[in-house]
Parts: sequence; structure tokens; C-alpha cells
Amino acid sequence: MPSDFLSNLYVFILAGFVGFELIKRVSPLLHTPLMSLTNALDAIVVIAAIIIAGRHETRLSTILGLIAVAASFSNMVGGFFITDRMLRMFKTGKQPKKP
Amino acid sequence: MNPALAQQLIDSAYIVATVFFILSIKWLSSPTTARRGVLVGEIAAALAVIATLSNPELTQYKWIIISLIIGAAVGIPLGMVQMTAVPQRTALSHAFGALSAAMIGIAEYYVGVGHLTRFGMGEIGLEVIIGSLTFTGSVIAAGKLQEILPQRPIVYKGQNIVSLSVLAGALLLAVALVVNPSNTILFPIMVVVALLFGVLLVTPIGGADMPTVISLLNSYAGFSAALLGFVLNSKVLVVAGALDGSSGFILSVIMCKAMNRSFTNVMFGAFGQVQTSSAAAEETRTVRSASAEEAAGILAAANKVAIVPGYGMAVAQAQHKVRELYDALTKRGVDVRFGIHPVAGRMPGHMNVLLAEADIPYDRLIEMDDMNSDLPQTDVALIIGANDVTNPAARSDTSSPIYGMPILDVDKARTVMVIKRSMNPGFAGIDNPLYYFDKTLMLFGDAKGFVGDIVRELSGTNSH
Repeated sequence: MPSDFLSNLYVFILAGFVGFELIKRVSPLLHTPLMSLTNALDAIVVIAAIIIAGRHETRLSTILGLIAVAASFSNMVGGFFITDRMLRMFKTGKQPKKP
Repeated sequence: MNPALAQQLIDSAYIVATVFFILSIKWLSSPTTARRGVLVGEIAAALAVIATLSNPELTQYKWIIISLIIGAAVGIPLGMVQMTAVPQRTALSHAFGALSAAMIGIAEYYVGVGHLTRFGMGEIGLEVIIGSLTFTGSVIAAGKLQEILPQRPIVYKGQNIVSLSVLAGALLLAVALVVNPSNTILFPIMVVVALLFGVLLVTPIGGADMPTVISLLNSYAGFSAALLGFVLNSKVLVVAGALDGSSGFILSVIMCKAMNRSFTNVMFGAFGQVQTSSAAAEETRTVRSASAEEAAGILAAANKVAIVPGYGMAVAQAQHKVRELYDALTKRGVDVRFGIHPVAGRMPGHMNVLLAEADIPYDRLIEMDDMNSDLPQTDVALIIGANDVTNPAARSDTSSPIYGMPILDVDKARTVMVIKRSMNPGFAGIDNPLYYFDKTLMLFGDAKGFVGDIVRELSGTNSH
């Protein structure tokens, strides 16, 4: 087994546990924003897409990379945007209402 | 700047981004800190993208910038959809995420072919299979949620065998590629077979199971990104993918528990199909109905009211009228709370967002278990557009298809009122004995119109 694989596996397992502990604590109230936020975070694959597209190794890899850049960046922008929009709607009864 | 130093700076930026990602989810746990979570997530994403764009390996920028602009042009409108459309937007974003993971994996294969190790080929194969099936599966799910495709499960004889053979085919092709990574003919066939499996996976699943399916696809999309991190040896992708994957996984488990179903049952069970047998014989039982005026009188006389909303409320666009009802009753000193079943709506937490959008304070939105301990002391339970999640047969009738599913025990309240169009059984086609109880009053009509009538009655008596 390559050593890169093992170090990635360590990171994956630890991050999985961290994720499990954190997500368990998210109130069910916020499960929809949770999904859209993790989606936006997951869109970090855009960095891999930029590298593939920008290295310009073959025509095919560049085209595939550019499609991936557009698809993941739309998730990043849209995901953060809609998550914040949803969270702004969550208000307590005590807050003064805006006119 | 020399390339080694540049690479170190980029890696440092990725480490900071990784820490911020974890903080982002940590702060999302409560509504008071959640927006801060979004902010650090945005900072992390911006940092990682800027660091990547400054990578000296990049030789062209023009098309990358154009693609980023296209991405933003697609993403912003998708971020502005109505709250009822959030489930299909989410399914579509799973599709986009999986698409980009698959595209990058495919590009890696063609760039590396000739000097790929068998191990590396195995990673790419698995990554591309999961990415591809998640892409088509999510597109189908989005189509069902948008009601472009039929909501009812589409089933045929021998379906599970066909679907599983297709998956086995994709995996076998991946194994063949591991044996000989340079067999460039097999690779595109593997991609096509995996895409086909995604279609077969989601097509037979009915609309009622969408909260589980959407969570499961979320989990697949996350894991395909994590696998891509393995392929590219990128820790930030591994972490982001693991967080997203475990989030989707936990949500799928919660959704399955809330419906008392197993994963296999959701994936292969085709729920909402064949169970109307016992209902027909009991059509003759009598129900009591009431007018808006009577309903308003009962609600006004109550101390504690529990409203149980279902997706039918959102379909009827009644949430703003429900908010008016909440205001009118609260003004009279009635304690009004909302009982939220975990599968209310079409994705996890959907009902909370729909009610929050209608300006109902989130401290009034009560989880099922907390609500259930309070229902015996509740005067009136008002059910709007919900059906199966209130069905007492789930507790008592072992022959019921929903037997064992946790429900909101609205029948424990002193009076039950159900707003419903007619006596037709609900989405899953299961009869609800609740409607025939002596304490139950049926309020026949459109949810929005009927709630509006009650509000009018309440304000009318107020002005006397």
C-alpha cells in the first residue's frame, strides 16, 4: 500500500469522527441548512478542478476540468448563499420585529 | 517567488481552510452562532480558491475565469429559489458536486494512463463509479422533486436483480481496469454503466422516501469528493469530503429511524405501492366535521395548542396564514407550539425552514419527542397537511405498513382537529384511524382557505 494512501486514510478516519461528533450536535431545526452548508464546503473540489484545467495537459483534461470548475463553483456560491438566506429567517420570538 | 516556497504557502492556506471548515460546522449547531459558521466557511473557501489560483503550475487563466463566472451565474439563481424548492436545489447541487468529482477523476485517468499504478487505478475507478452514479441518481431525484418525473415509484418485475447486476458490471469493469489500467476501451464503458446504475437506483424510489434518498445522495457526493482527495493526495478534499459524507450518512440514519425503515428497505422496497387493502372495508365509518367558526371557538377557548404541519401545508402555500393564526392565538394568550416530525417536508429539517420563512419564531418549533411528552397536557392538536406522521396505527396495528414508525401522538391531546381536503388517504395511501375518533373534528377544505377563515373568525370575535 502506498504511504500516501495510508496518511490520507488517517486523515479520512479522523475527519470522519470529527464530522460525526459535530453533526450529531446540530439541532434538527437546522438540518436543511446543514445539508446546504456541507454541500458548499464539499465544493472545495473546485481547487482540484482549477489545477486540472489550468495545467492544460491535454485538450480533454482541460475541458473536463473546466466543466468541473463551473459545476463545483456554482455549488460553492449557491450553497453559501442559500444557507445564509435560510439562517437569516430563523428568529426568536423575543427579538424586536423590523417594521 | 520560488516554486517550493509558493507550494508551502498554498499548503498553509489549505490547512487554515481545513480548520475553518470544521469550525464552520461546529458553529452551525445552534441558530445563534450558525451565521458565523457560514462566514468562516466562506472565508475558508475564498482562501483556498485564491491560493489555488496563485499556483505556479497553472499555465492558463482565461478559461478558468470564464468557467468560474459561469459557475457563479448558475449558482446565484439556484441560491435564490423559494423555500419549497430547496429539496430539488439540494438534489441538483449533489448532482453538480458528483459531476465535478467524476470529471476530475476521468481527467486524471486520461492524463495518467500509461503510468498509473494498479492501486491508483483502483482509487480512480471507485471514485469515478461513485461520482457517476451519484450524478445521475441526483438528477433523477431532482426531477422527481420538481415533479418533472413521476413521484410514484416506478417498478417492474426483477428490478432489483437488474439494478444489482448493472452495479456488479461497473465494479467488474473497474477490477478489469485494475488488472490492466491501460485498457482505455473499458474505462468509458465503466463510466456509462455507473451512470446507468444511478438512474436505476433512484427511479424506483417513491416521493415519500425522498428525505432519505436526498441524504444518502449527499453522503455519496461527500464520499466521492473524499475519494478524489485520495486520488489527488489532497488532504483538504479528504477532510471536506469526510465531513460532507458523514453528515449525509447521519441524516440518512435519522431519516430511516424516523420512518422505521432500513436502508435496504428504502433502496429496494418501493414504498407507497401496495397497501390499501384494509382501508376499503372501513369507508362507512362516520367522522365528525366542524366549520371554521366552531374551530375558531375551540381554539380560542384553549390554553395550549399544538399545530402539526405536514408537506401538504407547504403545497397549499398556507404557511403565512398559519403564521397569522399563530399571531391571533398568541395575542389571546394561547400557548401555540409546532410539533415537527423529522420527515415532515421533503428533506431533513425542511418544515423548520418553511415555518421560519413565514416568520414563526424557531423556539416555537418543537422536535417530535419533546412535543410528545407535552401532548397529553395539550388542549387542541391542529393537523395541517400531515397524515401518516399522526397515524396511531403506527403504534398499535401490526398489519399497518407504517407499524413501528415513530409518530406525533396527537390522539393524546384533548381535542384533535384535522384540516384536510377530503377523506382520500394520503401520499402513502394508508388509512388513518385518527379521523374516526370521537375527539377528532375534521375541517374539510383547502389548508390556506380554511386557516384564513379561522383567522377571520378569531379577529371577528375580537372586535366585539
